[in-house]
Amino acid sequence: MTVTSLAPLLVAVPLASAAILLLLGRAADRWGHWLGVLASAAAFVVGALLLTDLLGRDAADRVVDVHLFDWITVGRFDLAAGLRIDPLSLTFVLLVTFVGTLIHLYSVAYMAHDAARRRFFAYLNLFIAAMLILVLADSYLLLFVGWEGVGLASYLLIGFWNHRTEYAVAAKKAFVANRVGDIGLLVAMGLLFSQLGSLDFESVTAGVESGAVSTGMLTAIGLMLLLAACGKSAQFPLQSWLGDAMAGPTPVSALIHAATMVTAGVYLIVRSAPVFEGAPTAQLIVTIVGAITLVLGAIIGCAKDDIKKGLAASTMSQIGYMVLAAGLGPIGYAFAIFHLVTHGFFKAGMFLGAGSVMHGMDDTTDMRHFGALRTSMTVTWATFGLGWLAILGVPPFSGFWSKDKIIEAAFVVPEGAAEWRAWVFGIVALVGAGITAFYMSRMFFMTFHGKARWTDSRAQASDERPLRHPHESPWLMTIPMIVLAVGSLGLGFVLQLGGGFTTWLEPVTGHVEHHEPVLSVPVIQIATLLAVAIGLVLAWRQYGALPVPTTAPQGSVLTRAARVDMYQDTVNDAVLVQPGQYLTRSLVYGDRSVVDGAFTGLGKLTVGIGQVLRRLQSGYARQYAATMLFGLVVLAIVVLAPRI
Amino acid sequence: MSLTHYLVLSGILFSIGAATVLLRRNAIIVFMGVELMLNASNLALVTFSRLHGNLTGQVMAFFVMVVAAAEVVVGLAIIVSIFRTRKSASVDDINLLKS
Amino acid sequence: MNDPSTAEAVLFWVLAVVMVAAAAGLLFARKAVHAAMSLVLVMICLAFLYVTQGAPFLGVVQVVVYTGAIMMLFLFVLMLVGVDASDSVVETIKGQRWVGWLAGIGLAVVLIGVLTRATYPAVTGLADANADGNPTGVARIIFGQHVFGLEVVGALLVIAALGALVLTHRTRLKKLIKQPERQALRMKAGTRVTPLPAPGVYARHNAMDVPALDPHGNPIEESVPRVLRIRGQEAGTASYHADTYRRAVTAVADPVDSDPAVLLGTEESGATPPAAAPGETGGPLTDVDLGAASTKTETEP
Repeated sequence: MTVTSLAPLLVAVPLASAAILLLLGRAADRWGHWLGVLASAAAFVVGALLLTDLLGRDAADRVVDVHLFDWITVGRFDLAAGLRIDPLSLTFVLLVTFVGTLIHLYSVAYMAHDAARRRFFAYLNLFIAAMLILVLADSYLLLFVGWEGVGLASYLLIGFWNHRTEYAVAAKKAFVANRVGDIGLLVAMGLLFSQLGSLDFESVTAGVESGAVSTGMLTAIGLMLLLAACGKSAQFPLQSWLGDAMAGPTPVSALIHAATMVTAGVYLIVRSAPVFEGAPTAQLIVTIVGAITLVLGAIIGCAKDDIKKGLAASTMSQIGYMVLAAGLGPIGYAFAIFHLVTHGFFKAGMFLGAGSVMHGMDDTTDMRHFGALRTSMTVTWATFGLGWLAILGVPPFSGFWSKDKIIEAAFVVPEGAAEWRAWVFGIVALVGAGITAFYMSRMFFMTFHGKARWTDSRAQASDERPLRHPHESPWLMTIPMIVLAVGSLGLGFVLQLGGGFTTWLEPVTGHVEHHEPVLSVPVIQIATLLAVAIGLVLAWRQYGALPVPTTAPQGSVLTRAARVDMYQDTVNDAVLVQPGQYLTRSLVYGDRSVVDGAFTGLGKLTVGIGQVLRRLQSGYARQYAATMLFGLVVLAIVVLAPRI
Repeated sequence: MSLTHYLVLSGILFSIGAATVLLRRNAIIVFMGVELMLNASNLALVTFSRLHGNLTGQVMAFFVMVVAAAEVVVGLAIIVSIFRTRKSASVDDINLLKS
Repeated sequence: MNDPSTAEAVLFWVLAVVMVAAAAGLLFARKAVHAAMSLVLVMICLAFLYVTQGAPFLGVVQVVVYTGAIMMLFLFVLMLVGVDASDSVVETIKGQRWVGWLAGIGLAVVLIGVLTRATYPAVTGLADANADGNPTGVARIIFGQHVFGLEVVGALLVIAALGALVLTHRTRLKKLIKQPERQALRMKAGTRVTPLPAPGVYARHNAMDVPALDPHGNPIEESVPRVLRIRGQEAGTASYHADTYRRAVTAVADPVDSDPAVLLGTEESGATPPAAAPGETGGPLTDVDLGAASTKTETEP
């Protein structure tokens, strides 16, 4: 028995745990959360075993397919459900299970006072299982199963407190936006199947590389896959749901809407590398989408006063980096995944920090009533600070190693492409880093530094300075934060040692020769650090040194736009919802008047005929006899008349 | 004078019987109308038997009589039974199937 | 007998007219009994026609079965059901009269049209078929070709008889009341214990409409049949009171007053003149032995 045959346990254990927690009901209330933690931890252990197994192999042997069962066998179409264990999927497995386990642990304390904690853990385990199916699938179809599974888990967890209408609406919004993306994935699968007759990654790769599919078709497939990625990863133009998704409990935001699920789009693009390799136009559009989102998210992040929504905007922006990197081609794949992993750590850490702050501040999220929390919540301050330095890209924190590589890659002119692309995307990435530094520093200073915009004495409490009793969170919450902070600190450095991570991913992403950027690497690094420093200083001047007003100033046009997510809901409403509703209404009208009209008219005609014929049904036998005889006479005449 | 006259007479009697069924309300008279129709058809059968020189027509008429006898027994029993419950021999009162 | 002879033609025309007229009686007769009688007439005429047409067996069966059995059954049921409003020929269903006439006449027109316009083969006649006699010929066919049909028809008759039994069967829902129960009821109710006397008992004359007299000479109204009482055909009770009777007897004894009808107080006059003018008669009104007198009248023829 090989270690890889343990792979099904990765999915089975969390799934079984979710089933047990949901089916046992209240009987599992007392120990259910620990079962959830255990299931997640078990998955991590299996993942770690697989990692040791894979590390012990040659690089060429690091792709292992585990056959599970014959899934669909129709005619010549034969699809087996199987798991594909390769460096890419294993990276995800370890990220999901490790961060997932930490967040499970955190949730034990965070959700301690929630009556439905068991159900929460069931959903979390369901999410882990679905996410692992997504990343381990060896075909697009099985990937789709996981894809939908995480969508469901996300929906359930965003709307976990669905007794509040706006939370339920947020869950629905996320679900609908995800469905739009799902259509993209479905259409992409349909196109692939029509072209290649199979959906497993191996034959798709082989088929695409053999040139069996035209470039135009590949572009179409790529764009559809991009649509799917946009829906799942909250990329432009399907980004609007992520901010509202913060309605869910904070651990959920940390796990699903920061570290793992929202990065599934990046995973999909990297996994579909062969398709995008054959469709440069699609690749370019991926890059553009990434660039737009990265700037958009960063600008939105600058204006948010809600700590979770600010982090959500930051997540959007960071995933924009990853998508941009993924759009750059083989040169960017490894960096996209690299950034994904480091981001998973520091962003999850910061979200947990935000949760810890909320925990100490009576579940409020408005940063304008925070401030000076450094002293009362030291651990949270330290861990959040490490995450902050990591996302800023300050060396030697992990964000530096990943984000800087993406910016460098953006400055590289792709093969056979115009030089302007390198400049445009490079500078966008560079400016994005500066804005990131600004809004993350703003967030950090507003929360932990400056003067307290709250009070702990009842006498001074007012609307301006609400009564709060900030305190450090229990150890069950701080330990995961510390672990993730350590990751934020050193993971990037460790992974990049000797190009370790890129080499590790080579079996999937392919080996890439070194390309020279249009600017030299040190120049880019210095420019990036400069941009970061400018952003940091600007943020300190405005939010660290000066007092922060407790009510938001009116601000510029851009600020106001950013506060309402760049009018994305308004735009969606005007461009999609209103015409859609108008279309629906007109269809309903058409259905009622034309289609229903025809049928109800037919019905009314029948009723009318019945009303007339009803008179024949008088109950008088003699009348029936008369009808009979009359009919007989008429019939005889009809039959005999021609013979006269 | 030809055999057609017999047939025409049979037709007239049949029509009168049918009209009786339609026009009279007393169930017994209606029933008599039916009997008249049967008799008219018997006359036609006998006439055709003579026309074709074949006695089968007469045999058919004989069977018609037997069946008519059976029918009368059952029909009158029904009339009596209805009269007992509804105190009426009018066919118009038996309209329970309506509505 | 291939083609109808003149005699047959005469017979036919006579019978045809009678039959159509009688059949029309079915349509127009106000009383069901009249309708039944006219149908009997039609059937007997039909029997004649059968015999004329070389079917003597059927003719006999027609008379025996139809006229003798079936129509008698009809009459029995008519008697059982009695007079009914449904006998009226006034139409109650709107439009039914028109439809009925239209359908009937239409049917007649169509039938006659078809029958007269059809082409018939030459008349074969039944001379050969009836060589051994008509019943024999018919029997050969019935018990030859149609023996199974005959059996089936036999079964049909048995089933019909059983069906009639089932249909007219009445389940007894209450306890049967017999003579002892009736007697007990009568005693309990405390009304008349003895049976009613027949009408006319001890009365002056013995008729259905004359009430019986009790030992005191009072008329017993209930003794007159109920139907007569309801119809108002009962003779006035007052005039049969014993008092009246006594005066009548004296009147008879005194032949001077010689209008027996008035004295007897029959229903035609309805009046009771003796009571009105006792003085005029001058007859003795007292001390008459009622018992003797009555015995005397009884014995007198």
